[in-house]
Amino acid sequence: MTPDITPITMPKFGLAMTEGKIAGWLVEPGTQVTTGEELVDIETSKITNTFESPVAGLLRRHVAANGEMLPVGALIGIVADAAVADADIDAFITRFQADFAAASDAPGGAEAADEPVMMQVGAHNLRVHDRGAGDGTPLVLIHGFGGDLKNWMLNHAALAHGRRVIAFDLPGHGGSSKDVGPGTLAFFADVTAQLLAHLDLPRVHVMGHSLGGGIALTLAQVQPAKVASLALIAPAGLGPQINMDFINGFIEADRVRGVQDVLKYLVHDKSLIGRRMADDVLRYKRLDGAEAALRTVAAACFPGGKQGDDLRPVLATADMPVTLIWGQADEILPVAQADGLPGSVTRHILPAIGHMPQLESATTVNEVVEAFIGHEVATA
Amino acid sequence: MSKKSFRQAINEALRQEMRRDPTVILMGEDVAGGRGGSAGTVDAWGGVLGVTKGLYEEFGETRVLDTPITEASYIGAAAGAAVTGLRPVAELMFVDFVGCCLDQIMNQAAKFRYMFGGKARTPLVIRAMYGAGFNAAAQHSQALYPLFTHIPGLKVVIPSSPYEAKGLLISAIRDDDPVIFLENKVMYDVEEEVPDEPYAIPFGEANLTREGDDVTIVAFGRMVGMANEAADRLAKKGIGCTVIDPRTTSPLDGETILDCVADTGRLVIVDESSPRCNMATDIAALVAEEAFDALRAPIRRVVPPHTPVPFATVLETLYMPSVEKIEAAVTATMNHRVKEKV
Repeated sequence: MTPDITPITMPKFGLAMTEGKIAGWLVEPGTQVTTGEELVDIETSKITNTFESPVAGLLRRHVAANGEMLPVGALIGIVADAAVADADIDAFITRFQADFAAASDAPGGAEAADEPVMMQVGAHNLRVHDRGAGDGTPLVLIHGFGGDLKNWMLNHAALAHGRRVIAFDLPGHGGSSKDVGPGTLAFFADVTAQLLAHLDLPRVHVMGHSLGGGIALTLAQVQPAKVASLALIAPAGLGPQINMDFINGFIEADRVRGVQDVLKYLVHDKSLIGRRMADDVLRYKRLDGAEAALRTVAAACFPGGKQGDDLRPVLATADMPVTLIWGQADEILPVAQADGLPGSVTRHILPAIGHMPQLESATTVNEVVEAFIGHEVATA
Repeated sequence: MSKKSFRQAINEALRQEMRRDPTVILMGEDVAGGRGGSAGTVDAWGGVLGVTKGLYEEFGETRVLDTPITEASYIGAAAGAAVTGLRPVAELMFVDFVGCCLDQIMNQAAKFRYMFGGKARTPLVIRAMYGAGFNAAAQHSQALYPLFTHIPGLKVVIPSSPYEAKGLLISAIRDDDPVIFLENKVMYDVEEEVPDEPYAIPFGEANLTREGDDVTIVAFGRMVGMANEAADRLAKKGIGCTVIDPRTTSPLDGETILDCVADTGRLVIVDESSPRCNMATDIAALVAEEAFDALRAPIRRVVPPHTPVPFATVLETLYMPSVEKIEAAVTATMNHRVKEKV
């Protein structure tokens, strides 16, 4: 940039001005101007005002002609020393105009690749985060009641090696559309199948947490060919008992402190539940339709304060490998629901861990799941 | 979810509520802007700073009403429309213009519910720009929220960010009482992540934007961002600040303020409105009365001097609260030592 060249740009008179018209230059090129000297009349939608030169020097060019309408900040003239060559001024103008056009057009930067995107899947608009690449059978992550894909924040990237790992927000949750139809496990399993079809994934590993575990089991029941394996974290469907204080409290809490208290049921180490986490949950719960969706799901899945679906028969007949992870100190679904399952189901009971092992004991969960699905790839 | 400016967030809230509820209408000077500008088209202005841009084109002249420059008439008309079944959002442009229509707000809209035996609803929103720092001189720079907060029957909302603006404006439109919604004019281009879906942030619940153990800072609107920056700088020096954004001055979430002061024992209030009878004095009184024993240092107020907002840039800068002034106030409360009684 040549320091001897000073651009004169369209001024901003007052709050509302976005563009101005060159009503008439008062100084011809080749004239020496002083700071504050009347340079050009600018007409705005409110008034015509005289623009005084912001600098002293030789006015070399009128870049904008009389009558021209230009946005605030656009180049209208050039002040430069007589020694500056015309070619340098031409180059300066070209560069300025290119930069100005680029700045005006900039849509705020290109979208980062590793971000969730919205996807229209059937009647639902789903937020989907598709990470990783490779030949391994893809893994799909299904979160639980009131959760979203961020429930997998400590697992998603860690597992996305040599395969795609897809997390998504169930209908009614997170950033996805809020219509949950009948709100049943069968409904969510059907939406999951639609998403797999939409992504052209014929067969996937499925990891589900809590209600998402029940959805994974239901998917394995109705579309077994699509499910390569099941990794279930404290899944729904293996016993009637459920902590309805959590479910109802989660639906009803509308203040940070109330939400924070309810979220403490989810973990063994209560210090993990900070105000930020509660803020995040509240941001979701404030969305139009979120609370109604939660109520529909709770009524459909936990009628009379108990789990309505018994999915133990699915495990008894399942052909795909199944692994089960459960926190010993789970306060939502009791760890005893992990008992009495077929011997083929490998069990990992984690001591001093609550309902969200994927958060509270992420490293262990990632190792277990990595070994489990990694083994499948090796023997497939 | 995508990044949206304060201006876009407000526009989106208006658009989504107008789509959801056909009784929501807009009124104000230049909310469409008639025919003008270089293109000579309708919706030439979309509000003096472009906030209502595009709404006239979508909803037409029966729902986006350009009014004459007569605040008393259209604010009065909006109050009447509200009490007879519509949900008007009237734009006062600069809050300073309230002088032309205060009776319609103070003696009419604010009183309907109470003077008609609880039988009247007045779902009126009045949007207005406030605040100095824009070099807009004394008649276009005031932060008059204490004036509205003083009037029972009004709800007063001061959003501190784009996310807050969208959710609080949606709540304002859905509220059955008159709501004054104040937008800091310096913030229109501030951007952050804002959900695409509609959402409502409840009134009367403060938001904690920073958490720390040493000092509680209460700040409003644009001052919240300054308080956050001061808190971040102070954190590097080992001083932990909790920053409270009350979101609404009426109702005021005094409980959260008192809880935080109980934890930190020190209070700094940042308020860009004129210092006499403003939110800083109000909150200082609340804390002095309810939490005196928790205080370990005098309450500090970061406020402008009691003078009209100066036009000269250097004087306006001097007038305004700043990150540095907040830091200095926090440091002063930390350095306070209780004198021994002799």
